[in-house]
Amino acid sequence: MTDLLSQREQLAYIAAQAADARLNVELETEGMTLNIGPQHPATHGTLRIVVRLDGEQVVWAEPVCGYMHRGYEKLTEVRTYPQITTLINRIDWLGSFANEVPFILAAEKLMEIEAPPRAQWIRTILFELARIANIVLFLGDLGVQLGAVTPTFFAFRDREHVLNLIEGATGGRFHPNFDRIGGLKDDLPKGWVDECRLVMKKIRGFCDEIEDLLIGNEIFQERTRGVGIIPREVALQYGLSGANLRASGVDWDLRRDQQLPMAWDKVDWKVWTHPDGDSFARCWVRLQETREATKIVDQLLDGLPSGPIMAKVPRIIKVPEGEAWVSTENPLGEMGYYIVSRGDLGPFRVKIRSASFNNISVLPWVLRGVYVPDVIAILASLYFILGDIDR
Amino acid sequence: MSASLAVEIPYWGQSLLRVLGGIVAVLLPAGTVVYVFLFKMMSFMQSRLGPMEAGPYGTLQLVAEVGKWLQKEDTAPERADHRIFKMAPLIVLVSTFLLVAAVPFGPDAWLTNFKTGVFYALAVSSISVLGILVAGWASANKYSLLGGLRAAGQLIAYELPLVLGTLGVVIQAGSMNLQDIVVAQNAGAIFGWDGLGNPYILTQFIGFFVFMVAVQAELTQPPFDMPIAESELVSGYMTEYSGFRFLMFFIAEFATVGVFSLIASILFLGGWGVPFAWFGWETLDDVDNWMNVGGPLILFTKMMVLSFLVMWVRFSFPRFREDQLQRFAWKVLIPLGLANIVVTAILKVAV
Repeated sequence: MTDLLSQREQLAYIAAQAADARLNVELETEGMTLNIGPQHPATHGTLRIVVRLDGEQVVWAEPVCGYMHRGYEKLTEVRTYPQITTLINRIDWLGSFANEVPFILAAEKLMEIEAPPRAQWIRTILFELARIANIVLFLGDLGVQLGAVTPTFFAFRDREHVLNLIEGATGGRFHPNFDRIGGLKDDLPKGWVDECRLVMKKIRGFCDEIEDLLIGNEIFQERTRGVGIIPREVALQYGLSGANLRASGVDWDLRRDQQLPMAWDKVDWKVWTHPDGDSFARCWVRLQETREATKIVDQLLDGLPSGPIMAKVPRIIKVPEGEAWVSTENPLGEMGYYIVSRGDLGPFRVKIRSASFNNISVLPWVLRGVYVPDVIAILASLYFILGDIDR
Repeated sequence: MSASLAVEIPYWGQSLLRVLGGIVAVLLPAGTVVYVFLFKMMSFMQSRLGPMEAGPYGTLQLVAEVGKWLQKEDTAPERADHRIFKMAPLIVLVSTFLLVAAVPFGPDAWLTNFKTGVFYALAVSSISVLGILVAGWASANKYSLLGGLRAAGQLIAYELPLVLGTLGVVIQAGSMNLQDIVVAQNAGAIFGWDGLGNPYILTQFIGFFVFMVAVQAELTQPPFDMPIAESELVSGYMTEYSGFRFLMFFIAEFATVGVFSLIASILFLGGWGVPFAWFGWETLDDVDNWMNVGGPLILFTKMMVLSFLVMWVRFSFPRFREDQLQRFAWKVLIPLGLANIVVTAILKVAV
């Protein structure tokens, strides 16, 4: 595999190999196996990472997941379609609305209906709001993982505005359960559009603030630049997606690259990539993505079409026999649902592809040879949500 | 100098006052720093209010916190080295008390007047390393062990910049006695103008920078808080402590912030004194008796300014990694400190 890598990437590879080799050389030292998690402040959830240490250097690491497995794939088999959105809200709990969309789109694809334009636009707006709420918290959390407490509180303060917006539109702050097959539950309330524009301005201010306070900080850059480099090929092999993949230099965004009945292709925006593939690149790409998301929302609000928000669907939803796969670019990466229907009220089988599960699979590769503090920096920058890993 | 005392206090009375004064000098800065900076300033920086319920503006929150810690069970891990485990917080706290003993608060309001006060202060400040290392080892916890080892490496590395930062002051004052250093600053003059005395921060600004950075690291405050590093090592060497033993670590941490700020304000900001020219004083013997009351207040004010600096940096920066920390000490601080000493020595001899 070495010949595939560029010179810069080879260095990371050689460093990892050297760390492996250190097991047998030098003084006779005894390794120490350390359990990071399941209860550990850095894993914000119940992920367990077993690392074998030589001094403070990691020579071997493996993530152990499943501590929060809730069996959603199985549970969907005994639910009707409208009931399932309640469940899947809780997969990536920081960007809940984004979880509903691919499932609803897959069901609509099987039923061969399409939501009216206004519903599509509002869906896209709420989708991007979920992304903003999610990544704003990531940017704050980054601070606390690297020892700066203050940005976290700024993030919680400004995420509050976005959550208020989501609550205003859907009634639920965390788990909106707002998406319906064929459209949306309700129209937007009065005055929401103006409020949303104000909040987007605030979020852009927050991004500038975080860039000043954290991303631009020398210590932060020292801690993250050149740490946890995931080369392009490795990222592709491990099935990384979302900002983690784009930070490795792969220009890949499902919002742009596939045709969905959503409104992303109606507005003008940019997919950010970064050639470095290190922790800093992942943070930076996410920061730019937040800015881009606010621009998308602003443009969508300008051109919001009028009309109904619900297509004609039968009162009792039965999805015709067939199979459908729809995936979208969620805050954490690619999230998709593969629905197998046998024409009943509920699906026969649903396979959920969530981004974090694939994203953390790269950990054994990337954690070799790094120091314990870098483990935390890499975990923070890979950005996983436990509900999204274990489902 | 005690000739001007209005009331002659017997020796036992003076000793008692000094012991009580020492306890107050540790606990009062600790409490003030925790309430004003850790509770309130931090909250305002982070756009929240902080404690508001206990007492007016949450002033009694400290009492509530101490009460909470005292109620908690004093637990120890089964496989811990129990005697040493229980001793460790005491060692850390004792280091703080020993440190405050060297601080002069006024012309007569000192606890012990060492001839080599600077030397003594730097020596006893490193006793806390022992306590931290012992706490990390005796806890029988991997996180604690890593924290203890990190602390040992860090605190020993930053002893050197700490010494180098003070040496410039010692050379300029020509004495290691802290009282003499205070007098030298306040009786001094800047190019013949004595309206401000001659606080050494003006001439020793590099020494001040090196000293404050080293203090930040000695105190294990962010950005140098790797030994605690709550997102990596849970709580480092303190992980297994609860109840009043944790409280001791906590008090020691913030009391040491206060005491180091006291020492820094003595070395660089003129300590308890006001410029002697204001009142026509020449030497220590001329200083009026009221300075024994006013001096501590002046010193306390300066301490708060310097503690504010420490806390401001603490709440603003992310954490270094250990190797970066060591590199910073050996490649930046120590060369800077050495250069400062050379320049100071040359100027001292030449002028």
